[in-house]
Amino acid sequence: MSVIVLTGIAGTLGRLLARQLHLDHEVIGLDRRDLPDRPKDIRVYTLDIRRKRCESLFRRHKVNAVVHLNIMHDFRRPQAELHAFNVLGTQRLLEYAARHGVRKFVFLSTANVYGARPDNPQFLTEEALLLAGEGFSEMRSLVSADMLVTSFFWKTPQVETVILRPAHILGTATNGPSAYLSLPCIPTVLGFDPMIQVMHESEVVGAIVAALAPGRRGVYNLAGPPAAPLSALAKYLGKRTLPLPYSVLRALAQRAWQMGVAEVPPPELDFLRFPCLVDDARARRELGFEPRLTLPQTLDLLRKSPTFRRSVR
Amino acid sequence: MEGNLYDDAGYSPQLDEYLSEIGHWFRDWGDKDWENRVLSSGAARLNEFGYDPFGMSPAFIRKVIPIVRFLYRAYFRVSTHGLHELPTTRLMFVSNHSGQIPLDGALIAAAVAVEGRPPRILRSMVERWVPSLPFVSLFMARCGQVLGDPENSRRLLENDEAILVFPEGTRGISKLYRDRYKLQEFGTGFMRLAMETKTPIVPIAVIGVEEAVPALFNFKRLARFLGTPSFPVTPTFPLFLGLGLLPYPVKVHIWFGEPMPFGGDADDEDDVIDRNVDKVRDRVAALIARGLKERGPFPFSVLGGIRP
Repeated sequence: MSVIVLTGIAGTLGRLLARQLHLDHEVIGLDRRDLPDRPKDIRVYTLDIRRKRCESLFRRHKVNAVVHLNIMHDFRRPQAELHAFNVLGTQRLLEYAARHGVRKFVFLSTANVYGARPDNPQFLTEEALLLAGEGFSEMRSLVSADMLVTSFFWKTPQVETVILRPAHILGTATNGPSAYLSLPCIPTVLGFDPMIQVMHESEVVGAIVAALAPGRRGVYNLAGPPAAPLSALAKYLGKRTLPLPYSVLRALAQRAWQMGVAEVPPPELDFLRFPCLVDDARARRELGFEPRLTLPQTLDLLRKSPTFRRSVR
Repeated sequence: MEGNLYDDAGYSPQLDEYLSEIGHWFRDWGDKDWENRVLSSGAARLNEFGYDPFGMSPAFIRKVIPIVRFLYRAYFRVSTHGLHELPTTRLMFVSNHSGQIPLDGALIAAAVAVEGRPPRILRSMVERWVPSLPFVSLFMARCGQVLGDPENSRRLLENDEAILVFPEGTRGISKLYRDRYKLQEFGTGFMRLAMETKTPIVPIAVIGVEEAVPALFNFKRLARFLGTPSFPVTPTFPLFLGLGLLPYPVKVHIWFGEPMPFGGDADDEDDVIDRNVDKVRDRVAALIARGLKERGPFPFSVLGGIRP
């Protein structure tokens, strides 16, 4: 029975993961948000990970592993706050982990850190450069956090560090890709139809559990079922697409962003034009990662999510 | 993919409607049995929606086939020479590059698909600036063309696919009419890749496309302003606007050489690689010389006879 600290336990992925882990492990949750309906044996500290009191948690319990999910993806927040929360928060956690003899550190990054670029190879391996921050300043804190953990992986061999970079996650989570595909009418860029990789949140949970096994360490892309064009996903979901010229769409996105209506900053439109696909051969080989769901099954599960059903009604 | 639930799922609705209409006009040119054979040759790795990992869609290619067939048979009256039995394993076709627009790629791919035994889908490696173009990039990806990145090529070859490489790159395609059939400098990346993946190289010479879009002058400043590799000025372009870029209906010959195996270490010294590259370049040059000689003197060379 090992002790696992799970940051961001109140998020969708955090709750799913906690439900799976608490039977075999002692799970300690750490989140700014409260988690009201939780299993009895999960202790949750309602704390900001940057607070000093977090370290006392590591002193009090003999923590074996840390799963760090507490990353803010909400680009509407100011740059400074994103940086402080994502980068400094991650740094603090890494310090505690190194200082208190934690054996395992699992960090959930995202495949978006590679950036969608016209000259991307069709499938990016873990060695590809993290170029998302170029011209997309909102992504920089995510890239920095990923790089921070990657350098920790190299510098601190006594902690088994795993960095997971999953493709777009779909499911009940209220994240960007799920919200985008749940729109009543999906705006796309005229003349572009990029291949997209989506994976269900349960696959990500499975990969995190696999990464917790002793001996597993390194950077791993996660891709899920085979990629398909954006228009094919929309068609399967029964959504209409609204193709607009890039210049028009960009101007609209810019205006909406300035007025505070849009949740996605304009540079994110590149993900609707250019490929950002990952090769997850290493995760399949070394983590034993094998997506259980096919692409239609993944999309069917998105269809059942509350956000999606609200949009159809 | 016929009868599949997701058969017509996907590809861009704009292009789709337009193409199916044109495809209809040329439907008589189609040969369903052949189409099925070609398309099934690359169909092994399709996903549930009918796309391969690089975004190729056989359902989309089916709509383009009539147009390509028209260009191949009626417009350019293509003759192939030396295209015998092809190995079914990984292959790299290496060709001279010309004609301002990548017509040669389309015609070589059509030749291998129409007259290859067995017919194969050829994946050509496209220029780095292409993926940023709307419609063009989409069209190319659906037809099975792939960004010419070493990682992409390696992945395709490891899947035992056949790829088409133009080692001259933009140097070749945008050269002027007065430099016709002068091979430009070859890049070396293709050779390292062929050695690393143990892929035989099939040299190709395309004769005729040089005259199809004869560039008299390259307006470099305008090209830089537009972000294109070149801005050719031909007798009809830009005089007659976009229509002027329509290639002239020149008779085209495609010469195929014997597959050339290359062993050895891909990380070898540069001069070893260069020597191998020169071997391929010399083969292509020899094929060009032979093709030019055999097609005869000027007016007949580009007019061509009735297809035998």
